[in-house]
Amino acid sequence: MLRRIAGRISPDIVFEFDGRPIHAAPGDTVASALLAAGETIFRSTPSSGKPRGPFCMMGVCFECLVEIDGVTDRQACLTPARDKMQVRKQRGFDATASS
Amino acid sequence: MTHYDVAIVGAGPAGMSSAIEISQAGFTALLLDDQPAPGGQIYRSIENAHTDRLDILGPDYAEGKRLVAEFRSSSTTYIPNATVWNVSRDLTLAYTREGVSHGISADALIVASGAIERPTPMPGWTLPGVMTVGALQILLKAHGLLADAVVLVGSGPLIWLLAAQMIKAGAKPSAIVETLPLSHYFKALPKLRFNRPAFSYLKKGLLMMRSVKAAGVPVFLGAQGVAIEGSSRAEAVSFEIRGRMHRLPAETVALHQGIVPNQQITRLLHCDHRWSESQRSFLPVSDCFGETSVANLYIAGDGAGIGGAKVAAMQGRLAALRILEKASAVQNTATSELLAEIEKEISIRPFLEELYLPSAEIRDPKENTIVCRCEEITAGEVRASLASGVPGPNQIKSLLRTGMGPCQGRFCGLALSEIAAQYLGKTPASVGYYRIRAPLKPLRLTELANMGEAEVPQAPVKQELQK
Repeated sequence: MLRRIAGRISPDIVFEFDGRPIHAAPGDTVASALLAAGETIFRSTPSSGKPRGPFCMMGVCFECLVEIDGVTDRQACLTPARDKMQVRKQRGFDATASS
Repeated sequence: MTHYDVAIVGAGPAGMSSAIEISQAGFTALLLDDQPAPGGQIYRSIENAHTDRLDILGPDYAEGKRLVAEFRSSSTTYIPNATVWNVSRDLTLAYTREGVSHGISADALIVASGAIERPTPMPGWTLPGVMTVGALQILLKAHGLLADAVVLVGSGPLIWLLAAQMIKAGAKPSAIVETLPLSHYFKALPKLRFNRPAFSYLKKGLLMMRSVKAAGVPVFLGAQGVAIEGSSRAEAVSFEIRGRMHRLPAETVALHQGIVPNQQITRLLHCDHRWSESQRSFLPVSDCFGETSVANLYIAGDGAGIGGAKVAAMQGRLAALRILEKASAVQNTATSELLAEIEKEISIRPFLEELYLPSAEIRDPKENTIVCRCEEITAGEVRASLASGVPGPNQIKSLLRTGMGPCQGRFCGLALSEIAAQYLGKTPASVGYYRIRAPLKPLRLTELANMGEAEVPQAPVKQELQK
């Protein structure tokens, strides 16, 4: 579990993660806001369906892939958190069949 | 397609320094970076860091403020949030930004794409809750986020730095589990050179270690057989020291075995690479100014071989000065001064490389350990394919799909070369590395279809300032 030592969550940035409201701070990415909210599982893998979460936080490992506003394979660590985003866990077997 | 005198990839110390130099000389410079603000990973979010965070992260981080400010005030065309997905040998380049692709061309290209964490295959390293030490530091730098009760596992100065920063921030790690054999200390000592930069690095390192020990963080030295346990997320770290088993409960585990050059662009361009035994990684071959085997393509910073932020900034300047020198046919005395300065600054590296050489376990993981995280391929499967006569990484890739997932081999490439070399009794140099192809990052068809004209920000640099 991560906690904030700087930056406050803003009432202006609230997005949904599988239906759960997530409050973000200015400057947050989808990944940092989710981690701060205690979420560690972001997706399941396409091969075995095992759970995965952020690993590198710098855009190179692609472990933090989520679905944002209906678009799959979005890197949560590179995507700024925005108000009213609909974020969903990326289910592994959907990923290969998605647009 | 917009043309620039020099295009630069990466807004860390190397990229920013070269952009400043190029634009000051009155040449046009374009800098593309995939992050929202300049600084690279080392000075990540430096513009938004206030006094208390600067205090936690220390003076080496704070130093980036000046460089970023200088870069911001330069006439460089700076495009953040831009993911470079193709570079050609004629120095044209394609990137995507907010769902649209663009193309540009340049007379010279400086690749300053920095380093990534070395792959650290071990049992359980794919579990949620397991991150790299770099990732935890990024969360602290960029978002002011701290994890409590972290177990730091592996080897390298970054472990001690992060531990010291966490202690200062009030989140003492629950333990450090160092995987380097104690013999490394004895092997490394003779490589120590005593000059001012080396002495200063050493002093910093010892102070970090002292602060960690003073805070009462348990330090386990010489750990072997490290495994992360858990069913759907990390629950504990287990390891063995001199035959005694240890098990530490942990929700967050941070792994580190040093950093290695991010070689995607130089590989894509078929630049010559060599194996560095001391860094245990491939490095792009370049002359002393950073020019690679592809004419007018330069490499600067950690992407050329790990040297740290100060060296990166100097290498960025050096590559820029060399390009200017060639363009104007006037020799610049500053280049020889920089070369001498870099030489001094890197004199600590042989000691650090010997000391923090990745452990044998990481280089030759157990059969059931996942090597390719994306496709979930184990070391055992890799060895089985080698046993059946498959000669190297590219054939293993065709057969097993290693390196074909979204990370495109960034987190298994080096591990695979090491495993294949070990298994075949060859050197990693002769076994080689994956061939890297465009797109460098997964691309949507719509991003390709929306290939727009080159994007030119209305006012260079400043309009991108973060509020």
